[in-house]
Amino acid sequence: MTITNPGRKGRFGWHMNAVGIIGAAIILFWMVVAIAAPWISPYPVGKIVDFDYYGPMSSQFWLGTDYLGRDMLSRVLMGARYTVGISLAAVTLACFVGVTLGMIAAVIGGWFDPVLSRFLDALNSIPSLMFGLVVVASVGSSMTVLVLTIAVLYAPGSYRFARALAVNVNAMDFVTVARARGEGTIYTIREEIFPNIIGPVLADFGLRFVFIVLLLSGLSFLGLGVQPPNADWGALVRENIGSLSFGAPAVIVPSIAIASLTISVNMLIDNLPRRIRDRSD
Amino acid sequence: MNALIARLVAKRLGIMLISLLIVAFAVFFATELLPGDVAQILLGQSATPEAVAGLRKAMHLDQPAFLRFLYWLGGLMTGDLGRSYANNREVADLIAGRLANSLELAFVTTLFSVPIALTLGITAAMFRGSTYDRLVSVFTVSVISIPEFMVATLAVLVFAVYLKWLPALSVANDVHGLGELLRIYAMPVITLSFVVSAQMIRMTRAAVIDTLDTAYVEMALLKGASRRRIVLKHALPNALGPIVNAMALSLSYLLGGVIIVETIFNYPGVAKLMVDAVSTRDLPLIQSCAMIFCVSYLLLILIADLVAIMANPRLRNQ
Repeated sequence: MTITNPGRKGRFGWHMNAVGIIGAAIILFWMVVAIAAPWISPYPVGKIVDFDYYGPMSSQFWLGTDYLGRDMLSRVLMGARYTVGISLAAVTLACFVGVTLGMIAAVIGGWFDPVLSRFLDALNSIPSLMFGLVVVASVGSSMTVLVLTIAVLYAPGSYRFARALAVNVNAMDFVTVARARGEGTIYTIREEIFPNIIGPVLADFGLRFVFIVLLLSGLSFLGLGVQPPNADWGALVRENIGSLSFGAPAVIVPSIAIASLTISVNMLIDNLPRRIRDRSD
Repeated sequence: MNALIARLVAKRLGIMLISLLIVAFAVFFATELLPGDVAQILLGQSATPEAVAGLRKAMHLDQPAFLRFLYWLGGLMTGDLGRSYANNREVADLIAGRLANSLELAFVTTLFSVPIALTLGITAAMFRGSTYDRLVSVFTVSVISIPEFMVATLAVLVFAVYLKWLPALSVANDVHGLGELLRIYAMPVITLSFVVSAQMIRMTRAAVIDTLDTAYVEMALLKGASRRRIVLKHALPNALGPIVNAMALSLSYLLGGVIIVETIFNYPGVAKLMVDAVSTRDLPLIQSCAMIFCVSYLLLILIADLVAIMANPRLRNQ
């Protein structure tokens, strides 16, 4: 599906096709919305502005109104903050921990590697939505709990991925040379291993972000994620699920928002220039 | 050779047991984080301190957490899942009927999605790069990257709201005849099939394409065999192991999907039971349901592993 264009190179030394650029643009759009939400939403998020509930799309309320008569556009814009923010925090934490541990395990080896790998594999075999349910049931739901729980769930996968890449790089000559020079573990990881796995790790970061957005939306949909009066996109679908039978925009719009974000991340990753994605090959 | 396979199977089983132990540990201590005294919560505000102390003793709450973990684990082994906090019934009784419902749902979904996914996956690999293949790819990527509840809501919108073919809710206790049974299962099964088969199609396609890239398939091509013959006679028998492996792995996506689907369609299964238990903070029930999920997940992964070992002699030498 990828259209390779080896002849042309962009300003950064590589070229990306149209599908990838559209994906990147949509992601950028949601990032900007997440940051600027309070200033660009037409109505205050919690304010009931319409006497009618589940209002249709109109020039006054672009995306209709929700089950209390609040403006959907404002709520979706603010929802971007929670969905994008929490997911980004969780995926950053998960990948940071996972990749660091993965590189350490690959470089140190010894007993550390198999013990850690077994343990994290076991953690990996916990179905994520179910574990989220268990944790939220016991400690309640808050932003911190959500970010930490999700990070714990996704760090093992990131570890596994980074370790597999790092083991390959670790066997290469330049790493042996660095060792022979007498470089320490930290230097080897930072200067020799990490720069050589960064491309695939970034692609993995994106995929993991998609899974996390889906998990967070699922949790919120079950009423266990972001708590009212705040709402991320999953919670917005939950709030307005009652309008499903007459197909009001209130339930469809947040779903579309989630789908647009996750699909565009997939589009971007699938169309990343080979040079970035497969750098270790 | 059989002894070797037996040893590998034993090794996998051992790994699974260790994983299970760690999972049990995680589940138990995650639920132990609950603030507040369970005995106090159970007896309510008006309970005397003696009554609370008595209940604490009866529930082993006065003992250290690790001992309680061992008690709980021992109980699980012997089939004693404890009592529900919410209505003081045996957890085993609560779960038994629900588990049958969930397994039925999973079984019907598997029955539907496997043949569809196999056909689509194999044909997409056969005509790799064609418009048909692209359509299938776009479909699978879309389904994978949208949340399960969106698939469910779309299914409700299309089949229940616009087409009015099916009821939006499924209530399994007033069933009269086969037609009604089909109508009740239809929505949950359609949703789950979409979620599971998208994964299955992707993995099946990848498995077949992997074998299509081998030297013997190229040889068959050079000999002038037709595409149909190459795929069905040369590639497919060799891709069978990876395909079954892929199917077992994608069925594990049922577990995530089933939680959402049972909640949306109000289907009386284990997942709905667990979600309800979460809202009442009924810990023994949550723990047991969580363990059921983890065990079934690990079993599916184990099956996938074993099939891979059986099908690929090269994996036996690890």
